[in-house]
Amino acid sequence: MSKRIEDLTVTDNRRLAEGFFVVKVSSSAGLPEILPGQFIQILVTESPSTFLRRPLSVHDVDYGSNTISLLIQVAGAGTERLSRLGKGETVNLIYPLGNAFTMPAGGEKVLLAGGGCGMAPLLYLGRKIRDLGVEPQFALGFRNRSRILEHEQFRDLGTVHLATEDGSEGHQGFVTDIPAFRESHWDKVYCCGPEPMMKAVARLCLERDIFCEVSLENLMACGMGICLCCIVPTNTGNLCSCTDGPVFNIRNLKWQISEQK
Amino acid sequence: MADLRTKIGSLELRNPVMLASGTCGYGAELKDFIDLSKLGAIVVKGTTLEPREGNPYPRMAETASGMLNAVGLQNKGIDYFEKHIYPSLAEYDTHVIVNVNGNTVEDYIRLARRIEHLAAIPAIELNISCPNVKQGGMIFGTNPASAREVIAAVRNAYSKTLIVKLSPNVTDITEFARISEEEGAEAVSLVNTLLGMAVDPRTMKPKLSTVTGGLSGPAIKPVALRMVWQTARTVKIPVIGMGGIMNGNDALEFIMAGAAAVQIGTATFIEPRTALTAIESIDSFLSERKLDSLANIVGIINRN
Repeated sequence: MSKRIEDLTVTDNRRLAEGFFVVKVSSSAGLPEILPGQFIQILVTESPSTFLRRPLSVHDVDYGSNTISLLIQVAGAGTERLSRLGKGETVNLIYPLGNAFTMPAGGEKVLLAGGGCGMAPLLYLGRKIRDLGVEPQFALGFRNRSRILEHEQFRDLGTVHLATEDGSEGHQGFVTDIPAFRESHWDKVYCCGPEPMMKAVARLCLERDIFCEVSLENLMACGMGICLCCIVPTNTGNLCSCTDGPVFNIRNLKWQISEQK
Repeated sequence: MADLRTKIGSLELRNPVMLASGTCGYGAELKDFIDLSKLGAIVVKGTTLEPREGNPYPRMAETASGMLNAVGLQNKGIDYFEKHIYPSLAEYDTHVIVNVNGNTVEDYIRLARRIEHLAAIPAIELNISCPNVKQGGMIFGTNPASAREVIAAVRNAYSKTLIVKLSPNVTDITEFARISEEEGAEAVSLVNTLLGMAVDPRTMKPKLSTVTGGLSGPAIKPVALRMVWQTARTVKIPVIGMGGIMNGNDALEFIMAGAAAVQIGTATFIEPRTALTAIESIDSFLSERKLDSLANIVGIINRN
């Protein structure tokens, strides 16, 4: 599948919570096929201290309006600038980048587990799974009630289980503490979130012999497999999270075995 | 269109813009964005005799107007290169140059001999300037006696075009350029990255797993340009300039300071079409000034 570099137009920028935004960008050329799990590299302008592009998960895709949604968490000057993108502004994207989640077979029971901004790729994944006639369930974890991100669109696709670390809403603890996660049998678990959360999910899935894929967010310069900075140690050596990932089967990763906390 | 041809020893390039080693993979990674046949040359990823995993993550840190890297020559080794990568490189309609690395002089010799047999590779870039490996690399390129030894040995073992890539992490880069010239190199390329580091106050740790790494990007351009200018005034062999070139104007600065060719490096990460737009803007600069060839401006600042 070929990658492209293209100027897209910002059609919407909506604040979800303190420090979280959903920016929609539209392609006048028409979108190429984008697979769930893929990401984009966005050029940040008018931010003098930002040198490199910023990699962002594809949060959702609407082929009808040729629009991609991007869920942005403000983490530094670059994402702060992106959070101020206004309607009509032009942004330059390199996309679509990376591999994709493995889609489930019909009749499989699937759980999509996300934490904080890590829920970004799970909306589009959930939509594509739903399109296959499989009803996804979601396990979403947040620090506390005030950090919960709007997830109505997830509810439209399937059951949503919530967890907060302080118990201020949903189950208290991490997504792995949600009873539905522990008590049900899952054929496939997909996960994206902070590293401790992904490791906890990976451990649980390994113990129970559940197929599990995680989407990693490593520091990268290029996103195209040329800088070799975003490497992930795997059973087959160091792989690039930008081109060999960002989605990896946990059985191929070394981290959940070597760094158990 | 102006005549953009330039010569690197016996190698003629259709224009002076090359892609720098370590920033263009093996070329194929960029095929969706650029037509490689429009380039002067590409210098593919640093290669060693044996496969290397490189340094642990994290290997990259963004800095003011640049970035640090500590990749550490991750590559699959010459056997894999020859069997799986070379056949597709041989199809490219541009010069493909291999960046050559080793721990010992013997490694460099053996690798140069292996590459000499590859008909579609007309030149090697002898890397004695990688700052991210514990053995070899910059250790050769920052000690005059070691530099002389490895350049002489490789020159003796390799008959095609030999380019030596120099380190800026020395007091006087022209000394290493002179040694390269004396030992029979046909060109020098400079600069490799500047040794640097960054600390994250939040974690109270270095940002790179190796603590130090190589700084690239516009942050180093004035330093690189000064070194290219000094070197071009010192040696007669062609100088290939690089270090923070982000566009055609930057490339023109290096050419006017004396570079017969330039390499685009870090810019490709951000804008993969940089090399092509640089070629176009060099061409339009010459046309606008009614200059018929690149040779009119190479080292022009040194002529008056």
